[in-house]
Amino acid sequence: MTVAALRVGEVGRLSPLNRLSTFLYLRPRLVLALLLVPPLLWLGIIYLGSLLALLAHSFFYLDDYTAQVIYEPTLSTYAELFSSQANLLIILRSVLMATTVTIISAVIGFPLAYYMARYTSTRTKAFFYIAVMLPLWSNYLVRVYSWKVILAKEGVITWLFNLVGAGPVLDGVLNLPVIGGPSLSVSYIGTCIVFIYIWLPYMILPIEAAMERVPRSLIEASADLGAKPRETFRKVILPLAIPGVAAGSIFTFSLTLGDFIIPGVIGSSRPFIGQVVYAQQGTAGNLPLAAAFAVVPIAVMGVYLAIAKRFGAFDAL
Amino acid sequence: MPDSAVHRRLAIMADQHSVAVRFSKVSRHFGQVRAVDEVSFDIYDGEFFSMLGPSGSGKTTCLRLIAGFEQPDAGSIEIHGKPMVGVPPYQRDVNTVFQDYALFPHMTVGENVAYGLMIRKVPKAERVRRAEEMLEMVALGGFGGRRPSQLSGGQRQRVALARALVNEPSVLLLDEPLGALDLKLREQMQVELKDIQRRVGITFIYVTHDQGEALSMSDRVAVFNLGRIEQIGSPAEIYEHPRTTFVAGFVGVSNVLSGATAAAITGLPTAFSIRPEKIRLANGSGGVPEGCCRVQGQIESVLYYGSSTRYNVALEGGGELTVIEQNRETRHEDAQQQGMPVLLWWERRHNQILGQPAERV
Repeated sequence: MTVAALRVGEVGRLSPLNRLSTFLYLRPRLVLALLLVPPLLWLGIIYLGSLLALLAHSFFYLDDYTAQVIYEPTLSTYAELFSSQANLLIILRSVLMATTVTIISAVIGFPLAYYMARYTSTRTKAFFYIAVMLPLWSNYLVRVYSWKVILAKEGVITWLFNLVGAGPVLDGVLNLPVIGGPSLSVSYIGTCIVFIYIWLPYMILPIEAAMERVPRSLIEASADLGAKPRETFRKVILPLAIPGVAAGSIFTFSLTLGDFIIPGVIGSSRPFIGQVVYAQQGTAGNLPLAAAFAVVPIAVMGVYLAIAKRFGAFDAL
Repeated sequence: MPDSAVHRRLAIMADQHSVAVRFSKVSRHFGQVRAVDEVSFDIYDGEFFSMLGPSGSGKTTCLRLIAGFEQPDAGSIEIHGKPMVGVPPYQRDVNTVFQDYALFPHMTVGENVAYGLMIRKVPKAERVRRAEEMLEMVALGGFGGRRPSQLSGGQRQRVALARALVNEPSVLLLDEPLGALDLKLREQMQVELKDIQRRVGITFIYVTHDQGEALSMSDRVAVFNLGRIEQIGSPAEIYEHPRTTFVAGFVGVSNVLSGATAAAITGLPTAFSIRPEKIRLANGSGGVPEGCCRVQGQIESVLYYGSSTRYNVALEGGGELTVIEQNRETRHEDAQQQGMPVLLWWERRHNQILGQPAERV
């Protein structure tokens, strides 16, 4: 009784700002609501809303004669998409490229991530963080175009190969069917190299974070129980790194699947999904087909995420 | 299993001084820090050996040297007569129970326990059976299918113990295994650990900073300080006859008296320690036997513990003594009050003369 009276009396003496603080402090749910409304509005209206509008378009169709979008629900755009062999090839090409980029990124990124998490001091770790993220600080287009120069026939890579007398090796690789080409900058190999370069940080960082959470004692316990380093790696380190690899692969896979700039600048000029979406909604004006194409990576990612979830990818985010 | 354990135990008793682990002038430095500084000791087969000391005293480093996670900078380590320098952990016949248990989170409890057997290519049916047996021994029968994350701290601790013991190592290393448990569970696990050690007959090397744990479970205790061993002995020797000021102060509560204060009581200025429970309180000088140490003082503070009461007494000639009185006949109402003058007395034989503390550069 006296305590309550005292508290009320004290509140009465506080300044309006203090009273507001007290009011909010005693209503944590209200504070939560105030904090969440802006991002939810953003996500709901601007992001999801526009995405749904786009998806809705995939169920309309383009009148071939008038070039007008007919707003009647139909599956004819999807039929058009999947009945064309060229379109299926585009989807296959994009998925294969995304898969290749993801696998190679994981193989290249893993040792570095492992080293960063296990063996670096605080200072060297900071250095590696900066080194990994530094490319992300400079302009994406500039980096892609500089790779075009690097990979060109007159570029530094050809020059290096010739310098060490390995020119025929490069020629041999470029003579491979499908993935080869006149030079690296106009082959799938070149496209793949640049994709890996651009997305590698997104693979390294989640693996590093996952490895960071594996206590040293687990590795010691494995050795203590008789496991040689190779067995410890297979039975303890790798399984615990899988969530990080899966999380990183979500980035590399989805970013490669949707990109329309890199294959436009570097590669054999055979189109990828992103480029087709860009072309269909722009110059061709076929918004329904562009939308239907855009649904493909979403569906592929849905399947991919379901698989990644089974590997515990979301435990590492 | 119990049968072979008994045999093992008997064999050990017959040959009490077969050495399980021998340290000869072992040093391990981390930069400028001498974590372990020219330490030598023997641990006998089948004994429960505790390494007791404050954090940073070198006890855990010694354990890691035995396990093979650390290599000595100088000196030699032998396990059952075999030199261990340069031998990696996976080639040593020792297993460790880690302080944080270090259970593999991606495996079930059963897979955790069977891990060492799997590595040694024991057939699946046999390792499942042995893991289950071992889980039963630590009172976790039927828990094999669970994940470590579904267990309580005490249960994880038992799984870690089972995972180490299933390999039947010749030496089991325990790194503060009870540190993360609450008091009741810790006391219960102390009894169980001691019991398990008796049954399996394996040498246990137990690292702890808890002197109660070390005293209650060990056959012998090594007291570590600043990378060196201050004293090795049975719990009773360590407690009753601490050789240095550090041991007297670290193991149990102790009064260390020196210089003029010591001289006023014993007639000699030599430093000695006296345990608080050996000291008795009297209001007058009547009833104090001849030849006992006695000193006048004034009660400064009274702490009531339930089973005992602890007094801090300021001595007349300067200095302070801690006295613990069992409440066998006395009750809280009978306790001496703060500010009261008292006569303290104890039998001379309880005085423990102290040597110099371990020399440090």
